[in-house]
Amino acid sequence: MTDFLQLLFSGLATGAIYALAALGFTLLWQASGTINFAQGEFVMLPAFMMLGFMSLGAPMLVSFVLTVLLAILVLGWVFKRGVVDPLFKYGMMPIVVATIGLSIFMRNGVRAGYSAEAHPFPSLFADKLFNIAGVTVTLQDIGTFVLAMAIVMGTQAFLAKTVTGRAMQAVAQNTESASVLGINVPRMIFYTFAINAVLAVAAALLVTPTYLAKFDMGEGLGNKAFFAAIIGGFNNSRGALVGGLLVGVCENLAAAYISPAYKDAVALVIFMVVILFKPQGLLGKKEERKV
Amino acid sequence: MNAIFNNKFATLFTVLGALLVLVAPQYLKNYGIYLLTYWLIFIIATMGLNLTIGYAGQKSLGHAAFFGIGAYTVAIMMKAGISFWLGLPAAALLCFAIGLILGFPALRVQTIYLAFATLGFNTAVWLVMRNEEWLTGGTFGINNIARPVIFGYSLEANRPYYYFVLAVTLVLAGLLWGLLRSPWGKAFKALRDNPIRAESLGVDIRNYTLLSFAIGAVYAGVAGALFASLVQFIEPAPFAVGASIMMYLMVVVGGAGYFLGPVIGAAVGVVLPEWLRDVPGVANWYLPLFGAAVVLLMIWLPDGLLSIPDRIKAKRAARAASAARTAAASRIGASS
Repeated sequence: MTDFLQLLFSGLATGAIYALAALGFTLLWQASGTINFAQGEFVMLPAFMMLGFMSLGAPMLVSFVLTVLLAILVLGWVFKRGVVDPLFKYGMMPIVVATIGLSIFMRNGVRAGYSAEAHPFPSLFADKLFNIAGVTVTLQDIGTFVLAMAIVMGTQAFLAKTVTGRAMQAVAQNTESASVLGINVPRMIFYTFAINAVLAVAAALLVTPTYLAKFDMGEGLGNKAFFAAIIGGFNNSRGALVGGLLVGVCENLAAAYISPAYKDAVALVIFMVVILFKPQGLLGKKEERKV
Repeated sequence: MNAIFNNKFATLFTVLGALLVLVAPQYLKNYGIYLLTYWLIFIIATMGLNLTIGYAGQKSLGHAAFFGIGAYTVAIMMKAGISFWLGLPAAALLCFAIGLILGFPALRVQTIYLAFATLGFNTAVWLVMRNEEWLTGGTFGINNIARPVIFGYSLEANRPYYYFVLAVTLVLAGLLWGLLRSPWGKAFKALRDNPIRAESLGVDIRNYTLLSFAIGAVYAGVAGALFASLVQFIEPAPFAVGASIMMYLMVVVGGAGYFLGPVIGAAVGVVLPEWLRDVPGVANWYLPLFGAAVVLLMIWLPDGLLSIPDRIKAKRAARAASAARTAAASRIGASS
């Protein structure tokens, strides 16, 4: 039982990070129909940006703020204007391939231009252990989980409660009626891209202390986030949370009780089961097929 | 005039292409021949993928799994002392069967869901290749895979093997050409353009969806079998998800739904990175450059490189139409 709880807790921390990455992914999909295959690299790059600012002597908080601004500019604005806008009208295939190209560019650009090694990354939390119900949990795990959940919930509250958030949702649901209602559609779509960039920076801040900053760290993360998003329901941002936590926990349990060699297959198995019985995902709504 | 332009264009390209594939190996060193063979193998594999995504409109990101199944089938059978000539059809058959099975999720889910279902399938196959050491050798792989002997003539050297792969490529391209011009090909395209209308016209969506995966998989399987014999050592890495994504990229960059798309796409995906690697000063940067090139190419030509002639045609037609309009307008103006 203690083992089980132990695995559960550390799984929740990993899962919260998957949820964070998955949330940005579903937001982009809803607002602009973009499938961003560089989502994992969108987490990797801010980690290196932050390391860069810190190596210039900026304290962690300042580096974080600067990284958020830079990420909104590069991963939000430049990405939207440079890649998504011109390809928007051509459907899914060109955007998928362009973001694949982008991920190759970012991943190998960091490798060639900076380093192929793994770099340590300072943690937000002190190196401290807690003992809860006989289970040892690190402060890093607790903090990661709490912060990630807070960010996901905060994003959702923003979408549901604020005027801007509601306008963004209106755009996601029906672009034409939204623009008839006087909503500035391009601006709302840009906000979505900006939020995606901020979520990526947050994920980088939480994931890198454990997994180290490495040029290819985005590869696995991006994949898990995709599966988590689809498991939860691609057109529902709460689904990202459910999917992320589910994948994180099951993966940890499977690695311990079944086989560590097949750990990476867990997300896949849940995904297959879910889409067989509920193709729209656990919380997703059915999308109408157009003739 | 357009027809003449196109014929000239097509003839020129056919002649140049034929010269390249037939004569060039005589002047190339071993590495060049190896690269050309590699290119042909990826043409075969992406021809199959082009059928699945370009003609039948299914989203597939698991093609490298079939490539791997083909390669491992031949390698394992040859290690067991069975001839390549039995291994090749066995690989094709196995891929056909598994392709049919993979088609089933496609009947339930579409677009991005299907893309990730096939991507997941690829992960699963890759994990089996990596972990089931008793069968696949795990990360150590399988080495010393021999090249086949045909009518007592060994294909062991690079040049004969190249011509053998070329012959297989041409045969498979011919078969695909025939298939696409048959009622089946029309059914595939109907499926892509509008599945619901296709069904109402009597196309059995179910069968054609499954077949588009299965036939695409056979091409990948044959390509994999040839690949195993080319590199003579296989391990799981070339059959991972990344390879599937690259194949998808090759099809779209070349031009999905264009018959020659894979020829161009495979050149971009296989030859371009190798060439960039040899350009002085680029060495370390060849992969980032390649990624950037793909992004720019998509922004410039979202329908792939082979859409260039169509674009020129469309532009000429537009110009001709506007000229005709101006002429008509001035005629009307003059008469009034």
